[in-house]
Amino acid sequence: MRPSEYFLAHIWLVPLLPLAASAVMLLFGRKLSNAAVSVFCVGSVFLSMVYGFGAIIQLIARPVGQRVVEFTLFNWIPAGAMHTTSGHLVNFNAQWGFLFDPLTAVMVGVVTGVGFLIHVYSIGYMGHEGGYYRFFGYLNLFMFSMLTLVLANNILLMFVGWEGVGLCSYLLIGFYFLKKSATDAGNKAFIVNRIGDAGFLLGIFLLVGTLGTLNFSEFRGAILAGHFALGDAALTTIALLLFVGATGKSAQIPLYVWLPDAMEGPTPVSALIHAATMVTAGVYMVVRTNAIFAMAPRALEVVAVVGVVTALYAATMGVLQNDIKKVLAYSTISQLGYMFLACGVGAFSAGIFHLMTHAFFKGLLFLGAGSVIHAIGGEQDMQKMGALSGKIRTTYLTMAAGTLAIAGIPPLAGFFSKDQILAQAFRTNHTLWLIGWLTAGMTAFYMFRLLFLTFKGTSRVPPEIEHHIHESPASMTVPLVILALLSVVGGWIGIGGRFENFLEPVIHPRAVEVYTAVPNGAAGETPEALLMIASVAVALAGIGLAWFLYIKRTELPEKIAAGFGWMYRLVFNKYYVDQIYDAMFVNRAKDLGLTLGAFDRTFIDGLGVDGVGWVTRVTSVISIYWDKWIIDGSVNLVANVARVLSIPVRWLQTGRVSSYAGFIVLGVLLFLGFYLHAAGYTLASLRH
Amino acid sequence: MLDRIVFDFFAGIAIVSAILVVTRRNAVHSAIFLITALLATAGIFLQLHAEFLFIVQIILYVGGIMVLFIFVIMLVNLDVALHQLQFRRQWWLGLLLALALGAEATAAISIGRSGLPDSSTAPPASVLDPNTELVGRVLFTGYLLPLEIASVLLLVAMVGAVVMAKRRT
Amino acid sequence: MIGTGHYLFLSLALFLIGVIGVVTRRNVIIILMSIELILNAVNINLVAFARLAGSVEGQVFAIFIITDAAAEAAVGLGIIIAFFRNRETVLADEMDLLKW
Repeated sequence: MRPSEYFLAHIWLVPLLPLAASAVMLLFGRKLSNAAVSVFCVGSVFLSMVYGFGAIIQLIARPVGQRVVEFTLFNWIPAGAMHTTSGHLVNFNAQWGFLFDPLTAVMVGVVTGVGFLIHVYSIGYMGHEGGYYRFFGYLNLFMFSMLTLVLANNILLMFVGWEGVGLCSYLLIGFYFLKKSATDAGNKAFIVNRIGDAGFLLGIFLLVGTLGTLNFSEFRGAILAGHFALGDAALTTIALLLFVGATGKSAQIPLYVWLPDAMEGPTPVSALIHAATMVTAGVYMVVRTNAIFAMAPRALEVVAVVGVVTALYAATMGVLQNDIKKVLAYSTISQLGYMFLACGVGAFSAGIFHLMTHAFFKGLLFLGAGSVIHAIGGEQDMQKMGALSGKIRTTYLTMAAGTLAIAGIPPLAGFFSKDQILAQAFRTNHTLWLIGWLTAGMTAFYMFRLLFLTFKGTSRVPPEIEHHIHESPASMTVPLVILALLSVVGGWIGIGGRFENFLEPVIHPRAVEVYTAVPNGAAGETPEALLMIASVAVALAGIGLAWFLYIKRTELPEKIAAGFGWMYRLVFNKYYVDQIYDAMFVNRAKDLGLTLGAFDRTFIDGLGVDGVGWVTRVTSVISIYWDKWIIDGSVNLVANVARVLSIPVRWLQTGRVSSYAGFIVLGVLLFLGFYLHAAGYTLASLRH
Repeated sequence: MLDRIVFDFFAGIAIVSAILVVTRRNAVHSAIFLITALLATAGIFLQLHAEFLFIVQIILYVGGIMVLFIFVIMLVNLDVALHQLQFRRQWWLGLLLALALGAEATAAISIGRSGLPDSSTAPPASVLDPNTELVGRVLFTGYLLPLEIASVLLLVAMVGAVVMAKRRT
Repeated sequence: MIGTGHYLFLSLALFLIGVIGVVTRRNVIIILMSIELILNAVNINLVAFARLAGSVEGQVFAIFIITDAAAEAAVGLGIIIAFFRNRETVLADEMDLLKW
């Protein structure tokens, strides 16, 4: 690398700086002051952002064909030789390596930029909360995981980041761990994610078995080299399994149920993790492995259908919610559906474009909602808000900008990205376009409903709170303003196809062809212009309806709701999906857990632990008796033998001299006898 | 002939006195009979041409030791002992042992007796004359060390006896 | 004629009588006197052999024995007096302090 590529050379600092700050927080954070924590954590993210943007600029400075930087930190799993399913012998190894190409550049820019703004916002928002150091520690750990995920050069390392963000999501959703609803939500998020991850892992295994490598560049190369036919069964299966993982992480049907509950976490968490970055990991993953998807048209169909159906489905639920954060949550699910729709119709770069603009305005909307909640002292129910536009002007204006952007009104950001997706959807399948178009209208409707209920109309705020309504501090409003500006101008980067040109090297040629090809039969440009007008029209219709129902004739919504009766209740209760899942899966799992617990108690604890205890007691009793009777007994035996033997000998010691004299004589007698015997005289020979 | 008579006479007195020593109840009687036994022994010595020993026996043994015995007998309360049992309860055991020993020794003597000379085959008695001079010569030349030791022994015994018998005041 | 054997038998007889006295009698003074008898018997034996061998050395040995007997009698009687002072007895059977 040339010396002027300092930032590219040091790209590995980008994930590691937040990791270091997180480690410091989780080890020593308790003893640090809030100010010190802020400096450490926000500072580390700021440095990451600087290095990240520096790297982006230096990447752009390179000529188009050379915009790839790969960098290995260390050789992680050098496992050795293995056979692929087709019989090739490959060397399997997984490295801890980073890949920096245009796609990564976009993601790093979004993650560090929006991440930094949200960190600044959090200084003000979480300033009075307990566990300040813990919050920032987890948040920085999240930044590390997310950046590892986007910078990974192989799918296994990406999975490490994937799991890391899942962990941080769990930790941060359950941040207020004394609230049962919060901890339950954290568990739900992690467990539902895990189900998706099972699919992801199976996909990785199959990928390694089929393609023989985990590295993105390598398997993209293998597919481009033409080893696999279009529609190959193995590739389709891999793509579908990977997509299962994506549905878990990015909250699509059927694994979306955790995202609304995740709103239990603090609002900056909702903004960063559940709007701008983590939930987009699924989209990023699909785009990163687009080579596989591009060769598996059936899988792409599934992705598109799931995406658009989820978009509509979530929008219907968002229309009726009253909690401001829940509305935004369903909106997120819906917009993620758009991104998957984009991937499914081959417009991968449009999907990433929408990811970026969505990060801007959804992040803004969440932070703004947080500002509103902060202003009225913690209330989240929109039915208790209203007429706040005069009192918290900055928040109102920035949120208005965000709402316009998400509704797809030109020239704000949302228009450009959404329009590209819908255009490509139209070219692929009219039904897909129709559903997407209707959803756009509903999006505009419920977002403006949110805006009007919160800021306009009559005030439904309880009187005692009304006196305390105040605008948020600068640390919170400045990020709002910056994000509002980005929501306005951020779309202009995509004009004239500059964005997809930038990402072209990353996308599989077949997808690029499909995307840029002019469909036969219909004229090229005209449908585009018509589509654009249609999108704007439906958006305006939605806004108009919202204005009508919530500003002009505010008594109508209840009447309509009553009129629809059971249909209203069905949607309002989110189609009872949570209850269905509970009955079908969750309770089964709980029953299994109880059964295993009982098994554990009776067999493992009973036989194993208690059994071992009983055996120990028995052996100890045996050894007591052994010790008492046999060991001590043998010692006593020796002593008793000595005692018994000495009894007769004792009689000899009379203490009387006469007896001793007698013994002396006896001795003399015996000695003389012996002497005579030795000289050869027996009794017989004495007789002469 | 004369030898025989003299020998029998002294031997008889010696044995009879000895028996009486060990059987008398009164300790003084035993002492007296011991004196007679010692005198008879002295006569035996004389017959064996041991004139010096004859004198030494009478002066030392009888005149010294026996006098000491009689002193001690007087010091010790005699009246009490007179009324008590004289012989041990297992006296027959001692008798048995002595007789067994006697039998054995008799056997031993009988075996070797034939090799021993009688008065006719023995070297002439003049070898032992002059007795005292010869004894003195041998004592102070060949047996000087035992002599000195014996004198130390006597000293020790004297001191010991004095210490032992001293009344603790 | 008197052979050495006669003297030996005489000596043996006196020796046995002395032994009987030591082992049998209870009065400790009598026991001491019996010991003197034994020593005397030994003396007779020695002098007989001295006459037999024609050498004076047997008699010299007998002198030493007499010396020894004197010393031993003195000490022994001293012990008896000391013991009598403590225990008021001269009976050997009652001097059994070293009994087990």
